Amino acid sequence: MRIAVCIKQVPSRDSQPRVNDDQTWIREQDAGYEMNEPDAYALEEALRLKEAQGGEVVVCSAGPARVAQVIREALARGADRAIHVDDDGLASADAFVIADALAEAMRQEAFDLILTGLQSDDQGFAQTGVILAERLGLSHATIIMEVQSAAGGVRVKRELEGGWFQWVSMPLPAVLTIQSGINQLRYATLKGIMAAKKKEIRKAAPPATIAAPKQKIVSLYLPEKSKKTQMITGSPAEAATELVRRLREDARVIS
Amino acid sequence: MILVIGEQRNGTLNRATWEAVAGAQQLAAGAPVVVVVAGAGVERVAAELAAGQVQEIVTIDSPALDAYTPDGYTAVLAAAIALLSPSVVVLPHTYQTRDFAPKLAARLDRALITDVTGMKKVGGDTAFVRPMFQGKLTADVVPQGPAPHFVTFQIGAFRADQAGRGATAAPIRPVAVNVDAGAIRQKPEAPFQEAKQSVDLSQAERIVSVGRGIKEQSNIALAQQLADALGAELAASRPICDSGWLPMERQVGSSGQTVAPKLYLALGISGAIQHLVGMKGASTIVAINKDPDAPIFEVADFGIVGDLFEIVPAMIAALKT
Ligand SMILES: Cc1cc2nc3c(=O)[nH]c(=O)nc-3n(C[C@H](O)[C@H](O)[C@H](O)COP(=O)(O)OP(=O)(O)OC[C@H]3O[C@@H](n4cnc5c(N)ncnc54)[C@H](O)[C@@H]3O)c2cc1C
Ligand SMILES: Nc1ncnc2c1ncn2[C@@H]1O[C@H](COP(=O)(O)O)[C@@H](O)[C@H]1O
Repeated sequence: MRIAVCIKQVPSRDSQPRVNDDQTWIREQDAGYEMNEPDAYALEEALRLKEAQGGEVVVCSAGPARVAQVIREALARGADRAIHVDDDGLASADAFVIADALAEAMRQEAFDLILTGLQSDDQGFAQTGVILAERLGLSHATIIMEVQSAAGGVRVKRELEGGWFQWVSMPLPAVLTIQSGINQLRYATLKGIMAAKKKEIRKAAPPATIAAPKQKIVSLYLPEKSKKTQMITGSPAEAATELVRRLREDARVIS
Repeated sequence: MILVIGEQRNGTLNRATWEAVAGAQQLAAGAPVVVVVAGAGVERVAAELAAGQVQEIVTIDSPALDAYTPDGYTAVLAAAIALLSPSVVVLPHTYQTRDFAPKLAARLDRALITDVTGMKKVGGDTAFVRPMFQGKLTADVVPQGPAPHFVTFQIGAFRADQAGRGATAAPIRPVAVNVDAGAIRQKPEAPFQEAKQSVDLSQAERIVSVGRGIKEQSNIALAQQLADALGAELAASRPICDSGWLPMERQVGSSGQTVAPKLYLALGISGAIQHLVGMKGASTIVAINKDPDAPIFEVADFGIVGDLFEIVPAMIAALKT
């Protein structure tokens, strides 16, 4: 099975992104970066499918030179090779632009299965995988929590709201968007990190005519608070005592 | 005209459709709103929706649409949009919408703005407000390119009971769309629930909920001690349940349980929207987080910025006095 995994490099979830001067994007120079969380699960699922049935796992990432870091990490965890659609303009592009760039780079490869994360932690469009499927003319299913091989296709478990699930079967090739928690992640070993150095990263140019953006951020800012939050300050002991007092006496939610 | 795509399953309307109608009415500012529903046997759902203050309800009824599939829905809704030529297409941001809306927008090559919480006028344009960076920032976004633009409204962004009702029932117009059942590639099975839930968090009066800030499985015991001292149930954000540190049935949020306790105490939870939708209804929300910008503070009544490993033991001590 030839499996592609789409991996996005996103700002680390541990830090608060800072907004740039014209308030339309973040200050990229201040951000640390990491692999988009559900994409790590998509990669793990691809590696498990390959271990069970043989084949190849190819990492695909679109973005500026810095995304080489997540590509290396994926190769170190066991992906066989990578495609990097390398362009600075893709750093803050919308889902249509990214999907078109990925589709162009993947078209000649004839993958049996394409896995993406269900959503990116930065832009959070929840669109790229599904648009990619439509552009490549493939069937798809979203928010996947289990993948089984079936005759000529796959049978996958979709997550529905509120603890419900549903199995769906479909022919291959197909695109699946993977939900966090589908499996337990492995981490790169020293051997994997060494092996990754020799693996191929094919650089692909974005399509000659980059798709026109379909959305534009006119303003990016800190969220407005909807509630008046009473912030309690002081040392840990003082704050804790004061909080307990207010929960007892003001909110009356504990005795 | 603004078109709302309604959602139903087995002839039962998803209430989020009313939220989308409320949002569409606000966006329309007096211009007509039309609702379309697709499925097999949608008369009852159409009649229910006809109570809304809308121009008409359009139904697409076909046995091939009995179970939801992205191929089936995309085909018929693309046809309906061609027929009705709306300026904006509005959907509730449900998992079903997430599954087909990007495909539909891509088929028509039109903009899709997801997870929208509100609208604003910016110059002559309508900007849509949506969270980004896991709720750490908010963006005003203007769709580009020709209409129709697709917009999905976040669950809870508009209230179902605020959808305007009409003086008389809106007309229902069945539209015949040919569905090629053979072209539908997905074969869905019946939805199911994994296991009978043994804890019903929806009934809990007090909840202590842990997020990734708890760092290690062994630290769950500390949260449990606080829960015991408060007479609370223990719950968690999704990553904690994904890691197997607490069972799935204790997960709060869009893919877990929806809770409305008197007290919800969030320890080391950032406050991503998928978590907030499951607990926003709590009467008193307390957040303890070391990051003063964590989105959880936007919904909290009481907040302490600090290290939970210092504050929780101090709380347990304070509760003993
Ligand atoms: C379709 C979909 C469905 C989802 N369903 C759900 C769902 O049902 N429920 C759910 O919870 N999530 C759900 N998610 C995931 C959600 O988007 C977030 O990723 C998740 O809620 C984040 O969990 P967290 O807050 O525990 O972790 P993080 O976002 O990593 O936050 C950890 C927080 O801990 C704080 N912290 C760290 N150390 C300390 C310390 N020592 N003291 C105090 N604070 C500390 C940090 O400042 C940070 O704010 C879903 C996502 C998608 C896309
Ligand atoms: N620049 C990118 N490069 C590779 N994959 C991407 C990129 N952007 C998005 N994806 C994939 O598409 C998924 C959904 O992203 P989004 O539509 O931005 O929420 C992600 O989880 C990734 O798997």
